[in-house]
Amino acid sequence: MAGMKGLKKKRRIQIILVAAVALTVSTGLIGYAMRDGINFFRSPSQVLAEPPRATEVFRIGGLVEDGSLVRGQGETISFRVTDGGGSVPVAYTGVLPDLFDEGQGMVGTGRYVDGVFVATEILAKHDETYMPKEVIDALKEQGVYEAPES
Amino acid sequence: MISELGHFALILAGFVALFQAVVPFIGAHRGWSSWMAAAVPAATAQFLLTAFSFAALTHAFVTSDFTLKLVVENSHSLKPMLYKVSGVWGNHEGSMLLWVLILTLFGALCGWFGRNLPPSLKARVLSVQAMIAAAFFAFILFTSNPFLRLAVPPMDGHDLNPLLQDPGLAFHPPFLYLGYVGLSLTFSFAVAALIEGRVDAAWGRWVRPWTLVSWMFLTVGIALGSWWAYYELGWGGFWFWDPVENASFMPWLIAAALLHCAIVVEKRESLKNWTILLAILAFGFSLIGTFIVRSGVITSVHAFANDPERGVFILAILAVFMGGALTLYAARAGAMQSKGVFGLVSRESALVANNILLAVSCFTVFIGTIWPLVAELLFGRKLTVGAPFFNAAFTPFMVALAVILPLGALLPWKRGRLGRVAMQLWPVALLAVAVGLLAFAVQTGRSALAPIGIALGTWLILGSLRDLWLRTGRGEGRLRRLVHLPRADWGKSVAHAGLGVTFIGIAAMTAWQIEDIRVAKIGDRFEVGGYGIQLDKVEEVKGPNYFSTMATMTVWDGDRQIAMLHPEKRVYPVAQMPTTEAGIDNGIWRDFYLVIGDPQAAGGYAVRTYVKPFANWIWAGAIIMAGGGLLSLTDRRFRVAAGAAKAPGRRPVPAE
Repeated sequence: MAGMKGLKKKRRIQIILVAAVALTVSTGLIGYAMRDGINFFRSPSQVLAEPPRATEVFRIGGLVEDGSLVRGQGETISFRVTDGGGSVPVAYTGVLPDLFDEGQGMVGTGRYVDGVFVATEILAKHDETYMPKEVIDALKEQGVYEAPES
Repeated sequence: MISELGHFALILAGFVALFQAVVPFIGAHRGWSSWMAAAVPAATAQFLLTAFSFAALTHAFVTSDFTLKLVVENSHSLKPMLYKVSGVWGNHEGSMLLWVLILTLFGALCGWFGRNLPPSLKARVLSVQAMIAAAFFAFILFTSNPFLRLAVPPMDGHDLNPLLQDPGLAFHPPFLYLGYVGLSLTFSFAVAALIEGRVDAAWGRWVRPWTLVSWMFLTVGIALGSWWAYYELGWGGFWFWDPVENASFMPWLIAAALLHCAIVVEKRESLKNWTILLAILAFGFSLIGTFIVRSGVITSVHAFANDPERGVFILAILAVFMGGALTLYAARAGAMQSKGVFGLVSRESALVANNILLAVSCFTVFIGTIWPLVAELLFGRKLTVGAPFFNAAFTPFMVALAVILPLGALLPWKRGRLGRVAMQLWPVALLAVAVGLLAFAVQTGRSALAPIGIALGTWLILGSLRDLWLRTGRGEGRLRRLVHLPRADWGKSVAHAGLGVTFIGIAAMTAWQIEDIRVAKIGDRFEVGGYGIQLDKVEEVKGPNYFSTMATMTVWDGDRQIAMLHPEKRVYPVAQMPTTEAGIDNGIWRDFYLVIGDPQAAGGYAVRTYVKPFANWIWAGAIIMAGGGLLSLTDRRFRVAAGAAKAPGRRPVPAE
């Protein structure tokens, strides 16, 4: 019986060791993956104030500026995104999400290259009433947010 | 009138839940059998009342009763019937009602089929289940009442979000909830076992089928959601590592781990503490998922309209149940004595490895999901964690899991020899590597992801087949014996093979897909990935509740027409919402995926074309996995266990 007990204890210690190793490896992997996997959010004013490096992938969000949207001129679509305090030109090659339009909120992922935000992905709101939280906060910061009537 | 009755039934169900939470609990503590026995009729009553309430809400949607606020906001008289019905759960209030309906259903099922459970355990399980139900009844009645009336009803409704008007999505929430909420029952079992201070093989035999059911529904629910995202959102992605997707994926990972270690409890009476902990965590992740979806604290494309009050309420439920269960666990876990001992190389060890890998991979997903919240609270930085994070942090664990799976599946209980298993599997390994090399040769100069994923998938599929074949023994009649193998053995192999199929699909589609964006004029033909794509015509069409700009496009292989597709852009006038309907030609080896974009000023249309190899393998694999679960569930053993109480002379013997 003593042998069985000893074996159980040994097995338990081994399991705890393996679990500890797995946790360490995962923490390491998480740390490593965070370097490429994190995209900071910047409002248009922040981008203009402190332009990020051209290699950094980040997210920008705000309203699509009225009268700035050019679509139907080839594969690349261009518009300006604004938070009321500043506006940044955006270029995007692809098919825009359905609810994308002037005066609406959008969030884009991409790089800021030579004064243009080159987007690889554009998200617009999912239904009429929903606006990305970051966009609301960015607009509030500039004091131009209007709550939707509901 | 019917709506008021529904509302009333819901309130009544809440009171029944309170009764069921208290009375059987005291009865089990004092040993009063009549108090314990009250649990089953209470569970039945609770379920019937909730079902009536749900039926009342469905009635309001089906008859387009626009005096109800919820119906006005989410329905329209012109909507097709299927979506009138699915509109019931296509919104926050209704989906929470569905949630408690399933919660009470699982409680009632446990009451009906749990005849051979020890009475005190059954009373405690149902009591804990009713505590959860009571919390959610309060949540619905106080923050999300679906039966609110409007003083001045409008003539017609605002329509359901058109994106949700889709057969794939009509059934996605019920399946997902059956999975999420099913885990509440394993949670109740775990908490009841902690209160009883006893976990034995019978407990494992009871918990496993419920875990299996939940896991199967979660698998199908997640697959449906992923499939819907693929064809409906118009960019052909199948998984975005969106917080809400992760919210369903984390319970799935934990449920998969629980499924496997419950086997160890059942067969070897070992790893009891760990199983209990997993059962608690699995439901914990379900609640975390609910919190993420309902509170809107993390930006997600799925977020319902945000409401902080609801978020706080769910956070409180989460804190009470997780805090309570984990405290109980800390106090009582020491009492669980494991019986079985096992060697370093054994199936037990392999299942421990499986559990550690699944739990750790869930941990990485969890960190990635909540990191935006942590960063904003602690550092005041707004950020999102994107797919590159998950690809780098999550994938290695899945690769390791796939490598050890066929080996572990072949190892015997207690003590095995790695050399013997290696002898049995080396032809499979060789074939898998060969298939991987073939994939490497077919592709030229692309990432190693596809060959590795395909080799791993082949290893899983062939390893499972080899496992089945080895179980038939030697000599004559192997085929006959193969057919008569226990269903659980078949289920295991089928589910593992399904995982392999999904592996192949994900690897091939991610690495080999071809994308093309261009402007095409009517009659233009262009080349994508060796196929010719032609834009034949674009016309305006009227649907039942939408207008459509419908293109007709053909796909050509040389002079042979492969497919004619109709990608559309729709506008739903009531919801004032446009949607994109991709034109998809499904195939076993590849999908063609066409999207029509903006009309161009200089004539023609923006057109997006994808060729997606092995796309359907992803969902086919998920369905095969769930099918394996179903096979396993029909195993004779579970039916025997369910009927065991009627057999004379078999009485549960206390372990003390």
